[in-house]
Amino acid sequence: MTWQFDNDKPIYIQLINILKLKIISGEIGVGEKLSSVRELAQMAGVNPNTMQRALAELEREGLVHSNRTAGRFVTEDKNLIVDVRNVYARTYISQLVQNLIPLGFSKKELMEFIQQELLEGENNVSAV
Amino acid sequence: MLVQFKDVNKKYSGKVALHNVSFEIPTGRVIGLLGPNGSGKSTIIKLMNGLIQPNAGSILIEGNKVGVQSHLDIAYLPERTYLNDWMRVRQLIEFFSDFYSNFDATIAAKLFKDLGIDLEDRLVAMSKGTKEKVQLVLVMARKAKLYILDEPIGGVDPAGRDYILNTIIKNYDTDSTLIIATHLIQEVESICDDVIFIHNGVIKLQGNVDDLRAEHGKSVDQIFREVFKCY
Repeated sequence: MTWQFDNDKPIYIQLINILKLKIISGEIGVGEKLSSVRELAQMAGVNPNTMQRALAELEREGLVHSNRTAGRFVTEDKNLIVDVRNVYARTYISQLVQNLIPLGFSKKELMEFIQQELLEGENNVSAV
Repeated sequence: MLVQFKDVNKKYSGKVALHNVSFEIPTGRVIGLLGPNGSGKSTIIKLMNGLIQPNAGSILIEGNKVGVQSHLDIAYLPERTYLNDWMRVRQLIEFFSDFYSNFDATIAAKLFKDLGIDLEDRLVAMSKGTKEKVQLVLVMARKAKLYILDEPIGGVDPAGRDYILNTIIKNYDTDSTLIIATHLIQEVESICDDVIFIHNGVIKLQGNVDDLRAEHGKSVDQIFREVFKCY
């Protein structure tokens, strides 16, 4: 139904993150037209003003652009999307590392865990 | 400024209900008027609607005193039903069309259809939650500048609440302002721009929802629980 939000962060920031994920995952494709602010707000279960604020921020970052009459579109700039995607991956991995290193895991161990996880993931996928 | 309260005081037979309440509400916002039971939420709302008069202070709607024009510009959902039980939904639509020049019967009929409410049903045969939905539709189908909803989701189950809030957001026009008075903060938090916390007739806190969340690192619901902690 509506999108899920954490309690401790501003909603518009969470909207930005969710929309970014939709863009970098390709759920909303390169150059694709976005739904209207009103429709997006309804989907998310938020106030249109809050959605507007999130979209304005994405516009500032260049991920979306608005055309006065035609609406709002995802950028055509594939490199920009790739950049955002890479930043997302790095952020996640650095969180992972920051959480695990203090527990005394060595870098080698972490690498092994990740490799193992990836392999298991492959096996699961092939099993399906 | 759409609504201006300046040093408003209200007493009910000597008992203070509002003490020096001042705030301003601009156009194009969704405002949560939040407070525990008996904090003064409904008093503020009744004052805006001219149903009661302040003992001191001034209340302006669009720069004018509360009167005929403000009654037209404000669509108000009271916390208690004032509709006649024997009426059918179809008759209520006619009733509202007669009363309010800015009531859109087509929108109302569409909303009733969306909510699965039969136009031939009588109010008396409806559950509490369905009655609330009917009243909400009648209010939201007016083309008003200010919508005031007093506890719109109080009697509705959680699934129905989502539905009602969605209906509100869907029909909310960003050229108007919406005030929702409730103590069910978690439910309305994601649809409000600003909140006003009121306690014992005094404004304790007001601000933008996302700014408050950023500043406190907590949801407005959690901030509320702290501000109004019960001993």
